[in-house]
Amino acid sequence: MTSEHADEHLEMLLSDVLEIYGYDFTGYSRASLKRRIVRLFELDRFVSFAEYRYKIRTDPAYFKRFLEQVTINVTEMFRDPAFYRTLRTEILPRLGTYPFIRIWIAGCSTGEEAYSVAIFLKELNLLNKSLIYATDINNTVLENASQAMIPMSKLQLYTENYIAAGGSENFSDYYSANYSLGKLDDELRSKIIFSSHNLVTDNSFNEFQLILCRNVIIYFDRPLQNKVFRLFDNSLEKFGYLALGTKESLDFSPTAKNFERLKGEKIWRKISGDDKM
Amino acid sequence: MTKCEALIIGGSAGSLEVLLKMLPGLNPALPFPVIIVLHRMPGKDSILTDLLAAKTQLRVKEVDEKDALEPSTIYIAPPNYHLLIENNRTFSLDASEKVNFSRPSLDVSFESAADVFGKNMAGLLLSGANSDGTAGLKIIAQQGGKVLVQNPLTAVVNYMPAHALEQIEADAILTPDEMPGYINSLTN
Repeated sequence: MTSEHADEHLEMLLSDVLEIYGYDFTGYSRASLKRRIVRLFELDRFVSFAEYRYKIRTDPAYFKRFLEQVTINVTEMFRDPAFYRTLRTEILPRLGTYPFIRIWIAGCSTGEEAYSVAIFLKELNLLNKSLIYATDINNTVLENASQAMIPMSKLQLYTENYIAAGGSENFSDYYSANYSLGKLDDELRSKIIFSSHNLVTDNSFNEFQLILCRNVIIYFDRPLQNKVFRLFDNSLEKFGYLALGTKESLDFSPTAKNFERLKGEKIWRKISGDDKM
Repeated sequence: MTKCEALIIGGSAGSLEVLLKMLPGLNPALPFPVIIVLHRMPGKDSILTDLLAAKTQLRVKEVDEKDALEPSTIYIAPPNYHLLIENNRTFSLDASEKVNFSRPSLDVSFESAADVFGKNMAGLLLSGANSDGTAGLKIIAQQGGKVLVQNPLTAVVNYMPAHALEQIEADAILTPDEMPGYINSLTN
């Protein structure tokens, strides 16, 4: 894929993928998407764009690989510990006043944030009345997520994050080590429902008190971001919370008028509940 | 180069002192943006932005996703994200895998800038202990952009600029003292 034609090739691929497989990447920001598509082209040693395109169009198994490689699945437990500290000390205790707590982790990837939230709910004695819906576009990462396994190589980072986020127990109490993997507690897993959901094309499926969607909308262009914010608005109860990644913002979207931002973190509270679109 | 639309500066260990030394010499009315990508520890506070802002009259901003590139502004890549540039001259952030053990990676930003600005840009590589940046500078050179490298003799850690100079012919090899004058003259 020579660079002068890369943009044209990229648009052709995206329209193939939409037409043949129903996955709509046309609202994604191009720079990052292009980098990943070109990287896969080089990694799998295609000799021409035509061959790459043919393979994606005609081989569903290869398309599965394409989807896995092109969507981003980098995550960690207690990512941005300062955010998790706020979640633990301010947000989750307020949700504790509800008889039943429903949380949506949108774009959950391999599940690390869902398990992190479950751990803090447990420490606040709220897990038994909570349900976490963790969704992603990519079925392979959801399968991994449901295994509740974490590589031992990540444990040091996760333990540091957990402590920095204000965890009150020993992080090692939450998993049992087994060779190169740590298996997270079944109790945590039992409160998480992993399922497929595409933020671009799928609708609202429940009402939540908290939606976490961190480092997902950075990959979307402004119109798609606005569409996803409307979906979140329609999926949140009045006075529910929306949490975004550290460099993301709701402020430029028409939906912002229904929300007010909390000081410090990228967390918004829904204050207006009746002008749904 | 007919017109400079952007300068992108990459650095790692030993780069901060170079920036502190050269930023005061930059023309406050620089007609293009300066994008700084440094390897740095993740943290919530914006110490780096404040530190650099104290040394220049140009506007200094840590990048939020979709910020538009504007002249006379110094943009700082946020920790823990790759920084990319879109064809419509806005920034994109990307939290994907580290490249060269780094996020932000200099190669990722250099390559993305080269893709958008082609020959109308310059890339400057500073001190560091890592080979990140060399591949990106190569792409800048291929697209006809200007390749600038800190003189390794003046670098606290000379590995990064020396590594680049082994593989690419630089348009200029600069000491920190020479950098502001050179950058101010990139205008036309």
